[in-house]
Amino acid sequence: MRETAVTATVNGRPVSFFCDPTTSLLECLRDVVLLKGPKIGCLDGNCGACAVLLDGRLVNSCLVLGVEADGREITTVEGLESWPGLSALRQAFTEEDGLQCGYCTPGIIVAVKALLDRDPDPPAARIRDWLAGNLCRCTGYETIVRAVQSAAATLRESRTSDGEAGA
Amino acid sequence: MHGYDYRAAQTVDDAVTLLAAPGARPLAGGTDLIVQLRRAERDAALLVDVKRIPELLDISFDPSDGLSFGAAVACTDIAEHPQIADGYPALADAARLIGGTAIRNRATVGGNLCNAAPSADAIPALVVLDARCIVRGPSGTRSIRAAEFCTGPGTTVLQPGELLVSLRLPPPGTRTGARYLRFIPRGEMDIAVAGAACMIRLEEQGDTIAEARVALASVAPTPLEIPDAAAALIGRPAGEDAFEQAAGAARESARPITDQRGTAALRTHLAGVLVRRALGDALRRARGEQLDA
Repeated sequence: MRETAVTATVNGRPVSFFCDPTTSLLECLRDVVLLKGPKIGCLDGNCGACAVLLDGRLVNSCLVLGVEADGREITTVEGLESWPGLSALRQAFTEEDGLQCGYCTPGIIVAVKALLDRDPDPPAARIRDWLAGNLCRCTGYETIVRAVQSAAATLRESRTSDGEAGA
Repeated sequence: MHGYDYRAAQTVDDAVTLLAAPGARPLAGGTDLIVQLRRAERDAALLVDVKRIPELLDISFDPSDGLSFGAAVACTDIAEHPQIADGYPALADAARLIGGTAIRNRATVGGNLCNAAPSADAIPALVVLDARCIVRGPSGTRSIRAAEFCTGPGTTVLQPGELLVSLRLPPPGTRTGARYLRFIPRGEMDIAVAGAACMIRLEEQGDTIAEARVALASVAPTPLEIPDAAAALIGRPAGEDAFEQAAGAARESARPITDQRGTAALRTHLAGVLVRRALGDALRRARGEQLDA
């Protein structure tokens, strides 16, 4: 088995490492790049705790091999710090009790980022469908859906007021 | 998990050369294969990543040639493609049902076919749309009907060293509609207890069915085309009588097993229900009506 050199961009920073072909992107992110935001859950693509963006698309990093990430851009929850939606989501998840233990939350935040990039005003049914691959055993999802709608509204308002300020 | 090597192929020829090695397997989205390797349900000495081959990522549509898409196109790209939604909505139905958002961004329709699960959602849709599987191997290119591609649970007609390159679908016919429906106990992220795809084409005038195909998922060791159901439809007026005849043929042809997802009796019953409903939706599409999402 041959280790392969992988060069990628993680949260805007260049990284290079050797990777055994059997190692998942999730393991590379946690153990080599030392980002603990992506969580180890089911390891077979059912729970979404390991969700990251790969070239802007939501994926389960447990189902991507580290070697497949060569030349790609990866964004973990840690990389969303500069996105205005993150503070809106933090506040909304706190106010609406959108988390308890918090283990699923990094994956859900990354998934919601991917959703709001495509649809700034998603109806509840779309949010539920979009997050079907993110399991949460604490909240029962109602509060998560409300938190996403509340954060989306905050983001839309801030965009409108930014637009007015600019005009 | 046993170890394996990894190579990213740049061209189809490159991939076919690499796949000649013993134990080599193509890697597309990996959502089935990576899990199977981890669980030692499949073995590989070399994974040949086919996602960097431009030909395998292409989608092209021409009104006279029909649709062609590469084996590594993600389900999301099939489900969201405007010409597929417009001309091949049954394929979009199936691509939209596979996994959840993150899975659909990786999983491919080509991989759904090659993984050859009896429950594969995309295969019945490909069968009723009369898709051809374009395969390249050491001895050249061949074309296989989607209905003949799977040979058993997890097995296909692909020979060692062969690669599924693309899927070709004929141009959408006039007054033609198709639909894929499945039954699962929850709304999403689940495996079909049973699934049914139906295609009907109406004659130029009136409601007589000129052409029909019916295929089922999760009721046999492979996705199953049901010629008796098609025969019950062709030449008859589209409507509940003909649809119930086709549903009866589907129940007769189903050879399901009992497992943790459902009993054989339930699956047989569902095959009939899903065929009747899918035919109703296919008829609406054939008449140019939009279905409720």
